[in-house]
Amino acid sequence: MLLPFFQWVETTRLHDAIAMSSWAFAVIESVHLLALSVIGGAVLILDLRLLGLGLRRQTIAEVAREAHPWLVGSLIVMIVTGIALFVSEPTKCYYSTPFWVKMTSLALAMLFTFTVRRKVSLAEETRVRPIWLRTVALVSLTLWFGVGAGGRWIGFSG
Amino acid sequence: MSLLPFCEWLAATKWSIALHESLYMYPLVESVHVLTLCVFVGMSVLLDLRLLGLALRRVPVAEVTDRLVPWMVAGFIVMLITGLLLFYAIPVRSYQNIFFRVKLIALVLAGINAWVFHTGVHKRVTEWGLGRTPPRKARIAGAMSLFLWAVIIVCGRMIAYNWFDCDLKQPGSFIRWAAGCVEKK
Repeated sequence: MLLPFFQWVETTRLHDAIAMSSWAFAVIESVHLLALSVIGGAVLILDLRLLGLGLRRQTIAEVAREAHPWLVGSLIVMIVTGIALFVSEPTKCYYSTPFWVKMTSLALAMLFTFTVRRKVSLAEETRVRPIWLRTVALVSLTLWFGVGAGGRWIGFSG
Repeated sequence: MSLLPFCEWLAATKWSIALHESLYMYPLVESVHVLTLCVFVGMSVLLDLRLLGLALRRVPVAEVTDRLVPWMVAGFIVMLITGLLLFYAIPVRSYQNIFFRVKLIALVLAGINAWVFHTGVHKRVTEWGLGRTPPRKARIAGAMSLFLWAVIIVCGRMIAYNWFDCDLKQPGSFIRWAAGCVEKK
């Protein structure tokens, strides 16, 4: 069902521009990696706090508020550069299992981060049982790990 | 003195060849190396941004260093071990790779920068650590660290590209010299 769309992407000018260039892919990928370290820090600092680690003297809500703009900012850079990387090799992505693992994890991770995780972190701490805070952190870490590992593995396949 | 003979010897060892040719081990080590960026550089970036007065502004700097440095150390150890393994798998090409060399220089500079910060202005962190914008020296250390780690990440990624590899004969004489290319007789 999606194959015609992926094949159409392959005929666009943007695809040609990135795929033909000897350095465009490398540069876009580097920016993608730089943003990875920022988003990694922004996700980890709150998940660690939810697990009772890291910045323990700050409230969860404080850490969540501090991390949020960096999470959103780096996520935007990741998505823009990610789309550019995808556009340069759509058919390869279509037949790549890691690509679909990554996209599924990404959808779930974003949904979870901006709904459940956000709500739980901003809620009054005494109203949420610690076991739930830890569960939220572990689900978040697992989903984002799936995004990262899937992403790295796209490059190894094919 | 050149380290090339040592790298050539390393490349001929059994485990180097095994790792180089392995189907899963090399990609696995590489993935761990890349994903640990999130732990090590992720935490460093937060500390650097705090030093620049851009993030975690309400958290005392001493608190950030106390709580995050252990995670940075743990992340760095993993990056160092996996990084050494990646070099061990492909020693000669890495040694003669211009990006690898720039990365190593930037690593040394990042180490010096961290050392200067910790033995210098950070010693008096209790005096300035509560302020939203730290003193100039701390801001410079934060900015230097952000810049150097960005160079390290980009160069690390570029090692994989063979644009300037010695055996391609494409690079100019300066790059051939800087990469330590040797003319084959």
